[in-house]
Amino acid sequence: MRLLLAFLALALAAPVIAQDSMPDAPYAYKQLEDPAQEAKAKALMETLRCLTCQGQSIADSDAKIAGDMRHQVRTRIKAGESPEAIRRWLMERYGDYISYKPELSETTWPLFALPLVLVLAGGLVLFGRFRRRA
Amino acid sequence: MTRWKLWLPLVLFAGFCALVAWPLIRPPSTDVHSQLIGKPLPQFALKPANSTLPGIATADFRDGKPRLLNVFASWCVPCAAEAPQLGELQRQGVEIVGIDLRDHPEDLAQFLQQNGNPFARIGADDIGAVQLGIGSSGVPETFVIDGKGVIRYQHIGDIRAEDVPMLLGKLKDAEA
Repeated sequence: MRLLLAFLALALAAPVIAQDSMPDAPYAYKQLEDPAQEAKAKALMETLRCLTCQGQSIADSDAKIAGDMRHQVRTRIKAGESPEAIRRWLMERYGDYISYKPELSETTWPLFALPLVLVLAGGLVLFGRFRRRA
Repeated sequence: MTRWKLWLPLVLFAGFCALVAWPLIRPPSTDVHSQLIGKPLPQFALKPANSTLPGIATADFRDGKPRLLNVFASWCVPCAAEAPQLGELQRQGVEIVGIDLRDHPEDLAQFLQQNGNPFARIGADDIGAVQLGIGSSGVPETFVIDGKGVIRYQHIGDIRAEDVPMLLGKLKDAEA
């Protein structure tokens, strides 16, 4: 009974609001006026990681910092910056981690090379077997 | 087939299990560190967060004196927890500059009244623009800035009592 009550209390408890009550950045939830620019911004936002909710993109997250990042992306796109320049700007500050876009680099090349090596190795094994049988 | 080869799949499987289990037992840190360590602060200017203290601009950091740049907010619970440590650092002669994140001036006034004011200046960052500009990903965070305005160190999370001597050391290093 006690346990049940405890669970009930847990289920009903309102989460403590450790969050600010300031208005969101202007372009956190507002789309850009130009649909083509908004499409560019949206595509970029879907490949940027939210810093506090690390499994989500900033396009999916309602975290305040994600809103601030969307504002940065949209105002920079509006000012004519290219999406890749904005991605670089963020990567200069937060490292590769901020970007979901796979990139070939000194540390990631084995990820791209390994499938090729495995396919080649598999091909060699198959080749060897078929030749033996023939 | 030799005997040891028979055991090989089991050994491989155990190795695989260990690989999966390890991060579950010891979750890796999810802190995102600023990549701007060793680089100059980006250009910015923030309006004063309240009527009593001046705001901040990048030029303020180029007077030859190392100082701390503390990202905080009145709504942030660990920021209240680190207030005594910031007070201690200030008593030891450290200049602390605050970036107040998405905050109301009246809430800030109450926060400073309750927890003391270790800050020489506080700038209001209403939309997190400077926070993103310096590679900070949350509150509280504390940066050591040298006398040329170069970021020398980033402390993520609240400053505990044991971090005070460490930060004093980093400030001393920043003098060189």
